[in-house]
Amino acid sequence: MNWLLVIAGGLVGAPLRYLTDRAVQTRHDSVFPWGTFLVNMVGCLVLGLLTGAAAEGAASQRLQLLLGTGLCGALTTYSTFSYETLRLAEEGARLFAVANVGLSLVVGVGAAFAGTGLAHAIWG
Amino acid sequence: MGSSRSDVVHEPIDPDTGPVPPARHSPWRGQGPVVGVVAVGGALGATARYGASLLWVTPPSAFPWTILLVNAVGCAIIGVFLVLITEMWTAHRLMRPFFGTGVLGGFTTFSAYAVDFTRLVQDGRIAIAFGYLLGTLVVAMTAVWAAMAATRRVLGVYGGGPGRRAAR
Repeated sequence: MNWLLVIAGGLVGAPLRYLTDRAVQTRHDSVFPWGTFLVNMVGCLVLGLLTGAAAEGAASQRLQLLLGTGLCGALTTYSTFSYETLRLAEEGARLFAVANVGLSLVVGVGAAFAGTGLAHAIWG
Repeated sequence: MGSSRSDVVHEPIDPDTGPVPPARHSPWRGQGPVVGVVAVGGALGATARYGASLLWVTPPSAFPWTILLVNAVGCAIIGVFLVLITEMWTAHRLMRPFFGTGVLGGFTTFSAYAVDFTRLVQDGRIAIAFGYLLGTLVVAMTAVWAAMAATRRVLGVYGGGPGRRAAR
């Protein structure tokens, strides 16, 4: 059962990342990887919210496996993030590479804190 | 070598959009099979990550070694894979969405990385938290860089000529 929940979350999370990335990339011409950035930040916010809800007893173990390990885990990515950062540096867009790392870390951690705080405010 | 380098310029930063610029008028045409293989790959990747987390359990306030290693391995594999698929092989059009976007994207995670950092901070384990945040970044970037460089070197030696960017 636990495995099925993770599989179900992964089945939804990965195509959601692909479709969001594609929608974002077709709407602007910047080389900055906004698509990956957006899905990673949304995933951090949702997982923060879920983790906070679980700490308050408002999210079951099963919900965490489905939405956390499965959905948020597959929605977000480190491999594409690091590859895109390296490609930016290789193409001479060093400032974008540094900005991608800085923004992703700061906003990602901020979103995770915001999600947890929101959960404590709602369910605390 | 000059002519082969021009191919590299057209390779986009985002590996998920593919080498051909998306058509402005119908970006969703023919996306069904791609979305399907991304979903299956994502489920496989997420399952592998979950399996790793069960095999190598890390206590809540300890250094999250398992996710660090999952992310590092995923970054090393994507470095090898994308060099092979963009600079060496002409792969099936569903290969990259399935393995790169689906399996590796589903295997690695940014959300657990950020949330584990906040959990460590809230537990007062500040040094471990920042060690994890920056340690993952350094290990992952080194893994993707080293994997790409090593693959290009091997292609240059055994591929009947220099790898496209190995000539740099």
